[in-house]
Amino acid sequence: MRILTDRRRAAALFGLLLPLLLWSAAVRAVPEIQQWTTAKGAEVLFVAAPEIPMVDVRVVFAAGAARDGDQPGIGALTNALLAEGAGKLTADQIAERFDAVGANFGNDSLRDMSIFTLRSLTEPKRLKPALETFALVLGQPTFPEEAFLRERGRMLVALRYEQQSPSKIAERRFYAGLYGQHPYAVPPLGTAESLAALTVPALKAHYDRNYVAKNAVISIVGDLDRAAAEAIAEQVTAGLASGQAAAPLPKPEPRKEAERIEVAHPSTQTHVWMGQLGVQRDDPDYIPLYVGNHILGGSGLVSRISQEVREERGLAYSAYSGLSAMEARGPFIMGLQTANENRDEAMQVLRRTFAEFVAEGPTDEELERAIKNITGGYPMQIDSNSDIASYLSMIGFYDLPLDYLETFPKRIEAVTAKQIRETFQRRFHPERLLVVTVGRS
Amino acid sequence: MRRVSAAVLTAALVVAAPVAGAGYEETTHERVLENGMKIIVREDHRAPVVVSQVWYKVGSAYEHGGITGISHVLEHMMFQGTPAHPPGEFSRIVAEHGGDENAFTSRDYTAYYQKLEKSRLPISFELESDRMRHLLLGEEQFQKERRVVMEERRLRTEDKPSALTYEQFMATAFHVSPYHHPVIGWMDDLEHLTSDDLRAWYQAWYAPNNAILIVAGDVEPQAVFDMAEKRFGSLEPSVIPEPKPRQEPPQRGERQVVVRVPAELPVLYQGYKVPSLKTAEEAWKPYALEVLAGVLDGGDSARFTRELIRGQQVASSAGAGYDLYALNDTLFMLSGVPAEGRTMAELQQALAEQVERVRTELVDPAELERIKAQVTAGKVYERDSVFYQAMQIGKLEAIGLDWRESEKYVERIEAVTPEQVRQVAREFLDREQLTVARLEPLPKPAEDATKNASGG
Repeated sequence: MRILTDRRRAAALFGLLLPLLLWSAAVRAVPEIQQWTTAKGAEVLFVAAPEIPMVDVRVVFAAGAARDGDQPGIGALTNALLAEGAGKLTADQIAERFDAVGANFGNDSLRDMSIFTLRSLTEPKRLKPALETFALVLGQPTFPEEAFLRERGRMLVALRYEQQSPSKIAERRFYAGLYGQHPYAVPPLGTAESLAALTVPALKAHYDRNYVAKNAVISIVGDLDRAAAEAIAEQVTAGLASGQAAAPLPKPEPRKEAERIEVAHPSTQTHVWMGQLGVQRDDPDYIPLYVGNHILGGSGLVSRISQEVREERGLAYSAYSGLSAMEARGPFIMGLQTANENRDEAMQVLRRTFAEFVAEGPTDEELERAIKNITGGYPMQIDSNSDIASYLSMIGFYDLPLDYLETFPKRIEAVTAKQIRETFQRRFHPERLLVVTVGRS
Repeated sequence: MRRVSAAVLTAALVVAAPVAGAGYEETTHERVLENGMKIIVREDHRAPVVVSQVWYKVGSAYEHGGITGISHVLEHMMFQGTPAHPPGEFSRIVAEHGGDENAFTSRDYTAYYQKLEKSRLPISFELESDRMRHLLLGEEQFQKERRVVMEERRLRTEDKPSALTYEQFMATAFHVSPYHHPVIGWMDDLEHLTSDDLRAWYQAWYAPNNAILIVAGDVEPQAVFDMAEKRFGSLEPSVIPEPKPRQEPPQRGERQVVVRVPAELPVLYQGYKVPSLKTAEEAWKPYALEVLAGVLDGGDSARFTRELIRGQQVASSAGAGYDLYALNDTLFMLSGVPAEGRTMAELQQALAEQVERVRTELVDPAELERIKAQVTAGKVYERDSVFYQAMQIGKLEAIGLDWRESEKYVERIEAVTPEQVRQVAREFLDREQLTVARLEPLPKPAEDATKNASGG
């Protein structure tokens, strides 16, 4: 077991939510993205990467927690059960088949997406069995009762873990408070009660409805030609019904007034989450808000929030803001953790930093630095096959134009300080923040 | 010669080709400057990107009681300015060049990195060479950064019941070895650190002859060496202290520790004293331990997931781990969380049965082949990350091993036999060498429950 302790966390936290999308034809030709639709109707995005004899296949369904409806947790549990029995294979046999060829299978479930990944060598003796097993898992899951009970039990344990974590408690209360009746309020792991009410037939119905080709986006990056990629896309969707794409999510209702939620927890720090509704992925204000957030609290130590809270006052290890662009409007979150006795001071600094930024916008110098940082760092965002596969999923899932990455730096460079200020003033309201604190202040 | 079935042999031969092609010997280049600084360049021309890392041979394993956590606090201070670059400017310059920067401290090393578009590499060298010898360590910055680190400790350890338990576990397993101390330091030590302590620590360890520069990415080796000579070549070397060995005395029986704090989930940590590649008398043994960890926890088909999570359903999670590349003797770790409705005693019993089995029975050749298949594939996958490649080199070099040792990893693992796995299990998974830590959750204090109920 290796213990590393690194000095910044904000970037890592929001790196997950908000990948920087930076790409420019000026320095490196944008890898050619090929796009087509399988016979069953799944969208495919493919980039040939011949340098390493391996392939990444990423299949994403619009079947995250936002599709749970009145069965919170069903999306995450369905996602977890696909590899627990498929075709005639047991969970043990599925695991053996992947491990025996050194393939990495992964699955994850978010609010928008249900994700399945396969990484394999392209050597046919390895790739063929890996793909066969992957296709079975996606297309012919059997949902054994025994696995259902066990995985539900493990989700209950995960829920209890959340209850001892101040940041997880804050996150759950924040989403619930921000989204009210909107599907994003549904906690991805559900609740003890909602998990108890789930059944295998309910999961099968959820699978039949959502795990269909027209609700899927397949990304393929690796040492393959187009014909081989086409064959893979057909193979992994072969077991799926054609079905229908999920209906668009409803629009969340913006809050009209401030709200304060205080949760007592036996921790030495108070975790603070503040925010309001942010942006949806195709939001016309996305670019100015993105650059503004970068300056405010999205760029690690050099951002305003980190400067004020950490560098000036030593009040927190991690202090940040983040915009999570999702299918419907994702959250805009500002957060920090500080010793209980410093809570009020730290919150005041955070509120003031935000209010000043909304009132005045960035300075020209800040904007110039941010643009240099975002556009200058673009090559690092796409320097691996796994990065590219993630971007392909995002482009396909959110219906972004294929030249999105190519045009992104130009759109960043076109942003003005005035535009950021006006957009922040129109979209953000420091007097209407939802504030959640968890701790013992 | 180990016996394998014909089918397995075919599979092994088939995959040999891509692995052999992945050799780094031709793309990795080394130089040592006159002042003793070692430079290793790994060429990877897939993307116009470069990773630059400076590793120092210092970490919590070099510390002693009273100043624990000092290496990590110093890592924070390395961003707090030099006469040429005032506090904060370092990060600003890297950001302006589109760079990604950070640093990390572990038991055995401290490392700093920048990830940049390839033409910006000089920025990294300019800043790293400056702070290698000219750190300000201003009192005001120090006091502030000490508070930041105390917040970091609260975040990572004080408010995480499992982390608190792990800390007590390590302190119980090691009495004399510096692995007794947490990397982030004890809170009381952090409270009493002074800027003079930091200055002495910086002067002792931050010098070119205690540093390794690793550059990986789309670069031309000779140009990197020339630039390194220009930027780092004039730095004066130091006399680097020789740390006392502080060899852990033999353990004379099982050790147990219990942590009781408000929490929801019990956690179990178990560790057996084992050598690392650095300390082992026989080089095959660490690799056999590595395979043993794989037998127990290498993928979803390995024994812990198959038998403890899926089969007996006694664990919600279970893991086995071993740090091959540790500076000192280390631990072979087992850990787990009981499944819903199962007890800690049942989990401990199940782990004991697993240990007994590897001590008495030979592992199935098919299990071994699955581990080897994962290792050979992993060696290819690692080429997808330039950063990971640089990390691999650094982790070995920082503890005084040649980076080529990691090139031998696949063949060393391939050479491990079922008999050797059983032999190391018998030798090291010895009850008398075991340390056990259990987290026993206490209920949430009544005052918090009441407050939440009334606060609604």
